[in-house]
Amino acid sequence: MSEGSYKKRFDGRKLDETRKIKAEVGIIPNADGSAMFSFGDTIAIAAVYGPKVMHPQHNQNPEKGTLRVNYDMLTFSVTERKKPGPSRRSQEISKVTEWALEPVVMLDDFPNTVVDVHITILQANASTRCAGINAAALALAHAGIPMKELVCSVSVGKMDKTIVVDVIKEEEDYEEGEGATDIAMSFTSNSGKLTHLQLDGNISAKELKEAIETGKKACKEIYEIQKKTLKSIKE
Amino acid sequence: MIVSNLTKNRIHDYLKEGKRFDNRGLLDYRNLTIETGISKNAEGSARVRLGKTEVVAGVKMNVVEPYTDHEDEGTLITTLELMPLASSKFESGPPRIEAIEMARIVDRTVRESKYIDFKKLSIEKGEKVWAVMLDLFPMNDDGNLLDVACVAAVAALKDAKIPVFDEETGKVKFGEWTDKKVPLAKDIPLLFTFHKIGNSIILDPVVEEEESSDARLSIGIIGGKINALQKGNAESFELNNVYEILEESEKKYKEMSKKIEEMIDKAIKKSKENKND
Amino acid sequence: MTEKEREIVIPGEIIKEGDDYLPGEGTRREGKNIIASRFGLKDEQNRLVRIIPLSGVYIPRRGNLVIGTVADISFNGWMMDINAPYSSFLPVTECPRFFKKDDLAEYFGIGDLIACKVDSVKRKGVDLTIMPRGLGKLEDGMIIQVNSNKVPRVIGKEGSMISMIKEATGCEITIGQNGLVWIKGNSVDDELFAKETIMFVTEKSFVDGLTEKTEKFLEEGMKKRGKIESARNEEGEI
Repeated sequence: MSEGSYKKRFDGRKLDETRKIKAEVGIIPNADGSAMFSFGDTIAIAAVYGPKVMHPQHNQNPEKGTLRVNYDMLTFSVTERKKPGPSRRSQEISKVTEWALEPVVMLDDFPNTVVDVHITILQANASTRCAGINAAALALAHAGIPMKELVCSVSVGKMDKTIVVDVIKEEEDYEEGEGATDIAMSFTSNSGKLTHLQLDGNISAKELKEAIETGKKACKEIYEIQKKTLKSIKE
Repeated sequence: MIVSNLTKNRIHDYLKEGKRFDNRGLLDYRNLTIETGISKNAEGSARVRLGKTEVVAGVKMNVVEPYTDHEDEGTLITTLELMPLASSKFESGPPRIEAIEMARIVDRTVRESKYIDFKKLSIEKGEKVWAVMLDLFPMNDDGNLLDVACVAAVAALKDAKIPVFDEETGKVKFGEWTDKKVPLAKDIPLLFTFHKIGNSIILDPVVEEEESSDARLSIGIIGGKINALQKGNAESFELNNVYEILEESEKKYKEMSKKIEEMIDKAIKKSKENKND
Repeated sequence: MTEKEREIVIPGEIIKEGDDYLPGEGTRREGKNIIASRFGLKDEQNRLVRIIPLSGVYIPRRGNLVIGTVADISFNGWMMDINAPYSSFLPVTECPRFFKKDDLAEYFGIGDLIACKVDSVKRKGVDLTIMPRGLGKLEDGMIIQVNSNKVPRVIGKEGSMISMIKEATGCEITIGQNGLVWIKGNSVDDELFAKETIMFVTEKSFVDGLTEKTEKFLEEGMKKRGKIESARNEEGEI
């Protein structure tokens, strides 16, 4: 795993080590379910409202409820202020997050309804969509939405030839050798199916397979934290 | 859930006896907590909770050309977004009038109180000045977002450090900060929004009380002076109520400003210590 | 009597292994295992395994008493908001016979609170009725909203908890299965006291001996309000 120029990580972590993870549910009292999930300095907050009757009527699905995700970042969550309002990037992330969560959510008993998942990034240091998906999965469970299982998400990077787990911004910007490849992935918590995969960079199929296996392993730890967070709910 | 007629009536009944659903007095505030430095990429940030209402504020800065009629002064832009995250009443989309009004009232309160010393934010007269961008985000709406947003704005400004400006390239080095803080006045500006419900006047309403509110009057005060006023909602005020409110707002300022200042300073100290861990 | 401590389970967890068990609400069978489909407390009664939800919107069931708010009026009834993800309707045909179809707004207007029973739940929506006795418009009093999943706790075994609260506070209380609770007392203080006690119960769902703790809460509250009567024993101890 440790060939090439990137031998020691910028923050001293082991190659397969995530940053310190913190998670909490119930942080937004108005929401039906809510959670905070952070990888080190990347903090995501998710709030779920629903199921509720969907308006306008022509958007309703008479066969089952609709999952609708909206992801955005606070203007001051990033180093250079982000203009308020959804960007193309946040619209894309909203959609892949929806696809990441949909396979586990069971909304057959709620025709004509919508479950809204709102994800906000409070502070960003890369891997924001992964933190968002983890927060959203917690919030959906907290909201009592029927689910097959949870979803766990993590970013895996390849800096030159080295595969690492939970990429930070400095690593995203790595330019030595083969540069940085950033891979975001999400798995269902118990059946280990892939529900989300995105990549940009420069990688061989063999390395990618290794990266995915590494990510899957890291997600097992993430699942344990999600489980612990839900089980330690006081109210 | 729609606030029912019964609830509105009961709120009126309770107020006649000087009571509220949560046992508070008419002019009592809920429990206030303040944290700063909650978003590290911001120049300054804060999270303020009043009861279950929560607002998060952030300050970002940039170097811009000054306005032609204020060539030696920095600038301030205040925004507020009512995200659907905070309440089932809010929808996605461009800011609605409620958000626009709130942002403008907080902006007026901060600006007219001369809380920020804009002249000290000038780098090169007529060419370069610091722009302060103050962004407010309610995270949970349980009433009284406006007053809470103002405290969050003040806390974020107090927390803010000026970024490094590279004179040679003429660009800001985002992510690097000087030790200099945003130049602020000693006294802090605060907003007090009084609501008229029936014949009673209350402060710090929860959501059900806000929805039963006939008229509201927001007062922005700093030190002993009123800097901003806004009357909102569709009903009218009797003038003697208005004079009572003005008097009460000065009393409330005296009662609360020192305490809030101390809470903000304590929060800033705490977040500094956490950073060094 | 202490309540059994139940385990919290999350979606996807295997909660029982073996063919002998039946998957109840909030669970599903996968091969030999029964898996949780919802976040909640695991409950085993004989061979039925189910989840007692801790959270989640109210799901209407036939026969439930609910408190709804009139959202709109149509020509033959009222559209109701019962805090559930279904359109709900109270047809005038399910109201006492003296109701005239001509001016429905005279009986119930928008924003009025009505205690109703769920008559039927279909995919199209929920139909309500106020034919059974004791239903209809709620006047005066105050309304609070609690997590609908906590309603069984507030009612208690055979209504024991709610009866205790009613007696101690002297309030009329109607609890909707949808989490809306109507309280009407002789004074504002009585209503606030009843409200506090109900919130106390909903906030302590996990606690053992909730009944005793609530009794104590009520006693202390009443003492504070100087209402301790000689409900003591005959020997007259005070």
